[in-house]
Amino acid sequence: MGYVKSLKCRECGREYPIAPVYVCEFCFGPLEVVYDYKSIKKVLNKKVIEKREKNLWRYKELLPIDGEPQVGLNSGYTPLLKADNLARELGVKELYVKDDTVVHPTLSFKDRVVAIALTKAREFGFDTVACASTGNLAHSVSALGARAGFNRFIFIPATLEASKIVASLVYEPNLIAVDGYYDDVNRLCSEIANKYNWAFVNINIRPFYAEGSKTHGFEIIEQLGWRSPDNVVIPCASGSLLTKIWKSFKEFKDLGIIRELNTKVFAAQATGCSPISTAIKQGTDLIRPVKPNTIAKSLAIGNPADGYYATQAVVETGGAGEDVSDQEIIDAIKLLSRTEGIFAETAGGVTVAVTKKLIESGKIGRDETTVICVTGNGLKTQEALSGHTISPYYIKPNIGSFEEILKKINRGGK
Amino acid sequence: MAVKVRIPTPLQKLTEGKDEVEGEPGTIINLINYLDKKFPGIGERISEGGKIRRFINIYLNDEDIRFLKNEETEVKEGDEVSIVPAIAGG
Repeated sequence: MGYVKSLKCRECGREYPIAPVYVCEFCFGPLEVVYDYKSIKKVLNKKVIEKREKNLWRYKELLPIDGEPQVGLNSGYTPLLKADNLARELGVKELYVKDDTVVHPTLSFKDRVVAIALTKAREFGFDTVACASTGNLAHSVSALGARAGFNRFIFIPATLEASKIVASLVYEPNLIAVDGYYDDVNRLCSEIANKYNWAFVNINIRPFYAEGSKTHGFEIIEQLGWRSPDNVVIPCASGSLLTKIWKSFKEFKDLGIIRELNTKVFAAQATGCSPISTAIKQGTDLIRPVKPNTIAKSLAIGNPADGYYATQAVVETGGAGEDVSDQEIIDAIKLLSRTEGIFAETAGGVTVAVTKKLIESGKIGRDETTVICVTGNGLKTQEALSGHTISPYYIKPNIGSFEEILKKINRGGK
Repeated sequence: MAVKVRIPTPLQKLTEGKDEVEGEPGTIINLINYLDKKFPGIGERISEGGKIRRFINIYLNDEDIRFLKNEETEVKEGDEVSIVPAIAGG
């Protein structure tokens, strides 16, 4: 039933049969899945999609599997929340939060990509899955891999937040904490992937895995009532999510599912790791690698694999790149929580803070429709907020003590 | 003393399995042309039309040549040049 024709090098165009390979043997460019869009157009339309179950597989023809979905059957279709309180606060008319703080089962958008990667790993016949991760991907491969019955090897930088490490360990994978940055972990994993016959979801399965990010974009369009927003603000680590969300919009346009597409794509990064937004600001497509130093660890990829393509998408759509300080990230996490009741991880703080900055600088118009992509849950990175939240009121267990405090609260003091 | 050039695994088929070969001082692009004469076919894998391919990184003593003078970067006797395909991930 699959609609995938082949893999194709994004650089030199050489084609390869469907296999767990990710890089062009000839020019080392990344391989991308090629679909038979003509056939997809005959079977996929709004009505067909609307009748399906509310999970990410409702767009399965545009996902790179051959058989039926096998993993992540409850993942995806997260809320697109109309954020009126936040809109008022930021002074814009129409603002939405695509809320991937609640993706099943591990509360980040990585459950989307892993659903596809593990389904594909099973189709290829692998018994072991692995990944290099800044945390969220580790959780997702650990959890979805447990349920699907895979052996799991998870590689993370040893400096990750303690709570992020526990949230992988609980699923009992083989967790390997590497003394180094994500980029070092990634380099090591490329070597391991060459040597062992494992499905590294973000290395040899990457062409398939990355396609899962498109579902975040498909859902935005469907939930907006089958239209594309004027602006979409997307956090960037490797740049893959941004590239794929833009691809999802274009696919819906090319398939005739939406008529118009005038969306501007904006790249959001933390100042302490901003190789993509810096390149965009400087008007170059050369990405200068950096050593990350930011509380937004899930975005701390100093040498982003899809940085070039992300830059292209932003420039092609007339968008922009912007970055924000750690303090702005913390303030934005609190702002989103206070106004919309969504507790995002640091990457979500980056996206909200960047959106604020883009509105203030006029790059996002106040009467336009903007979607903010919030991609992970704040419960995972609570350390980032320690010392930055308000404090509880401590009382004795009697009504007098409570009412004393209540008087203070009503006076607006503490 | 010549220039030391590190060859990545996927290109070692062209260098008789060697992970390190010797080159001549001069610009990077001249060095690649030199390597191509010694190991026919290696040039087009690394460059196209005189430009280094996008997903090939070349380091001169650990600095990416994109931040030096690109293909025109001068390589001296005793320098070390590494050819490294970009990595995926993320």
